[in-house]
Amino acid sequence: MRLEVRRPGLLSTVQDGGRWGYQGKGVPVAGAMDLPAFRRGNLVAGNEPEEAALEITVLGPTLGVLEGEGIVAAAGADLGFALNGAPAPLLTAVRVRSGDEISFAGPRGGGCRGYLCFAGGVAVPPVMGSRSTFLRGALGGFHGRALRAGDVLETGDLPPLAFAGEGFSCPPDLDLDRSADRPLRVVPGPQDDAFTAEGREIFFSSAYRVTDEADRMGYRLEGPPVAHSRGADIVSDAVPLGAIQIPGHGRPICMLADRQTTGGYPKIAVICSDDVGVLAQRMAGDTVRFVAVTFAEALRWAKEEGDALENLRRARSTWRSRPRFPAGWDASGRWTLTVGERAYAVTWRARS
Amino acid sequence: MDGPTKPRVLFAGDRCVVVEFGTAIDRAVNARVQQLRRDLEARPLGGITELVPTYRSLAVYFDPRRVGEGLPELLASRAASLEGSAETGGRCVVIPVGYGGERGPDLPEVARHAGLSESEVVSRHTGRDYYCYMLGFTPGFAYLGGMDETLATPRLANPRTKIPAGSVGIAGAQTGIYPIDSPGGWRLIGRTPLRLFDPDRTPPTLLDAGLWVRFVAVDEGEYAAVTDQVRRGAYVPEVRDREGNHEA
Repeated sequence: MRLEVRRPGLLSTVQDGGRWGYQGKGVPVAGAMDLPAFRRGNLVAGNEPEEAALEITVLGPTLGVLEGEGIVAAAGADLGFALNGAPAPLLTAVRVRSGDEISFAGPRGGGCRGYLCFAGGVAVPPVMGSRSTFLRGALGGFHGRALRAGDVLETGDLPPLAFAGEGFSCPPDLDLDRSADRPLRVVPGPQDDAFTAEGREIFFSSAYRVTDEADRMGYRLEGPPVAHSRGADIVSDAVPLGAIQIPGHGRPICMLADRQTTGGYPKIAVICSDDVGVLAQRMAGDTVRFVAVTFAEALRWAKEEGDALENLRRARSTWRSRPRFPAGWDASGRWTLTVGERAYAVTWRARS
Repeated sequence: MDGPTKPRVLFAGDRCVVVEFGTAIDRAVNARVQQLRRDLEARPLGGITELVPTYRSLAVYFDPRRVGEGLPELLASRAASLEGSAETGGRCVVIPVGYGGERGPDLPEVARHAGLSESEVVSRHTGRDYYCYMLGFTPGFAYLGGMDETLATPRLANPRTKIPAGSVGIAGAQTGIYPIDSPGGWRLIGRTPLRLFDPDRTPPTLLDAGLWVRFVAVDEGEYAAVTDQVRRGAYVPEVRDREGNHEA
């Protein structure tokens, strides 16, 4: 499929699972901000979970299908996904063809970041093994930058059975708990001992607010300051995805997809990777709370999320192989199946 | 400076743990980091996806579906089993630099600040090997240690908005090379035609943690020749084997 960008939206970039493997060379990972939503969108569209998709922010783009036919699934926040001007369902495989227009009417709650996943992905050349856009470094994605009006995107080759997946929706029990007041799960460390006991107590008992300084690199939070026990500088070390660093002013900064690979502020805790996606949907003024979990608990939840994705993949297979009857068929009947020498009478009846 | 301590394994979320060997910038500490990194590269543990060496610790990234909660203990015992093996030699990448002029507009100021002639600054800057502790800050940026302290110069009060890739600068007691065009406040004393970061090359960075770097002054003719070779993809950086463990 070829798509024309008629309106680019606020910030629309090509992202995949991230440019992992080069943090030791100083290259930020980038990638989708809400990985769980992005992975579900891809599975619903018929892809592997980390195929390149469009990450759209608050105000989505308007895309015209110039040529071809394909499957698209919108995931993440409800930004008013529409096909030819009519509202279209989220997390559902929708068929689009030449002449169609994909647009977004505006955010309707549930966050600020959406994903538009095309069967076959967005065909941009991989850079260092990834199609993610790293904006500050002008690296990867669509010419290293956000989409502009007039850009023409190509989708990749359709995966097998893509059209058989049309109409497939993510079952609600395989989606995430996105309740607004749920505290984010964090594993304390690596430098939780750089803060006073009182500071740690304040961190885990306070409600923080997302400030205006919240982007793909990180979210600065506002709220009760957390006191350091021995100064706010450490010799630089690695900054993992979701690290919560606290500089001298005592206010937490959550480090997200486009973070620098290393940094010199102590990190009180690291957000569990699937809850990083929950944070990435929050906007300026939203409340954030943290709850400490153990390493073992965090691993267990990460495994459960992996199981949920596997179950979504199975649900997709079931959908693709469901029996389909022509229109007007009364859905009951009988025929004889012959295997070798033996004949079997087969009957079926539609469930009322 | 503080030397290596007993390795500590620190939690860093559900996809990373950090093996820490000390709290200061110290060559012996960093040698332990490199030693564990090499060992895990040679004898990987299942589920490990990426290793990020820094000044004093090794961040170990993993797939949470493929490891158990015993991973920190496994890493602690692996790190402990390596204690005592000494760092020797190393490899040193030679970096040709055109010093001064428009490539190094701050060379006169660095010389004035140090109370030295410009040629003496160049001779001190090229007179020793620098140890690459880690990469970070921007793609391919190497944190180099071991500059002659007499060359230390404060950063510019007003940072430049665009510094060309390859610029060699001094900031305080640090020296370094800008791998990509970027804004910055370092005092620029020269430039190398080599590409420190090239996303289309394997590996994409010229330098790596644990390597050494030696700057060599080149004249206009050599600079042009190297520039041309780099442009044609024909330049092979000179890498020397180091015998000793000293900086000079």
